Amino acid sequence: MTSVGAAPKIVWRFATVIDVVHETPETRTLTLDVPGWPGHRAGQHVDVRLTAEDGYQTERSYSIASPPDDSRLALTVERLDDGEVSPYLSDELRSGDKLELRGPIGGYFVWEIATGGPLLLVAGGSGIVPLMAMVRHRDIALGAADIGARHRLPVRLLYSSRRWEDVIYRDELASLAEKDATLEVNHTLTREQPDGWTGFKRRIDRAMLEAVAWPATEQPRVYVCGPTPLVEAVAANLVELGHQPALVKTERFGPTGGSV
Amino acid sequence: MKKRATRKPKADMQPVDGNAAAGILSELFIPDLTAARAKCAGCGVTRTIGVLLVYAHGMGTVMRCPGCDRVVMRIARTPTHVWLDATGATSIAVAAPR
Repeated sequence: MTSVGAAPKIVWRFATVIDVVHETPETRTLTLDVPGWPGHRAGQHVDVRLTAEDGYQTERSYSIASPPDDSRLALTVERLDDGEVSPYLSDELRSGDKLELRGPIGGYFVWEIATGGPLLLVAGGSGIVPLMAMVRHRDIALGAADIGARHRLPVRLLYSSRRWEDVIYRDELASLAEKDATLEVNHTLTREQPDGWTGFKRRIDRAMLEAVAWPATEQPRVYVCGPTPLVEAVAANLVELGHQPALVKTERFGPTGGSV
Repeated sequence: MKKRATRKPKADMQPVDGNAAAGILSELFIPDLTAARAKCAGCGVTRTIGVLLVYAHGMGTVMRCPGCDRVVMRIARTPTHVWLDATGATSIAVAAPR
């Protein structure tokens, strides 16, 4: 049972946008300076609140992309055409602008070194964001540790995207996997594949999980994040393959990825 | 993640995970409640609150047991309050700080 600790009360605070990076055509990473930020754990999220001139307020949750080891907070936002918040975050925000947020939120869908492994991460679309915080955290925390430490905590990531252009953190994942034999990245591109593509070309199914995932006997810690249909199907398949439900943690984004 | 009860949610009522209620729960409780354990008043099974199914809509948030579908917690926001009905939880256990 995870200790919830003597956590400070979560309050709304203003962050300053330092940087906006276009990761893919539909996603942006906002780097923020958050005075008084209490620190966070990989997998947690923030709630962002927008207030219109007439006082109307709307909130959405966004997973934290940066690892706890970074001094700045990064959020990766997927732009939804009919979104109330994401178009503003994606198109309007500039360096120097302020953003109201509260966090870090969530103590269930978190991973840290002490949680252990092996680690199986399954992402659909922007579901990669909290999992990337975990991958980054592992890389930094294990940093200069001996190769044995990495071998005791190996990671397999299965990441479903529509097209190669939609893969968030694509180059960073490739470079991390290249230098770290204990990090394995598997992509599946469900709508369109580049010429010469030899990887998976379909939605994640039981056969793909069987091929890519750790066997249930290894008792991996599993984190699945993305749209609800993907998360439910993957979790059900993993349980069918013998993984203990208690070791499979899910974060469904729902149809629009909004907050409560 | 246990096998769900066979009640089919309406198309606009797709559930998300307990994690999605962590924000509003943080207005009621200081420790993170999604890592806490709740005993369902319906089936008597104790589960981590993070695995409850969250149905959020304009009127508020409903958290259901993934095993028996009973409403465990109901949260609503009024102009002056955040309101919680936790009668679907026989007990809630929060781990002591380390």
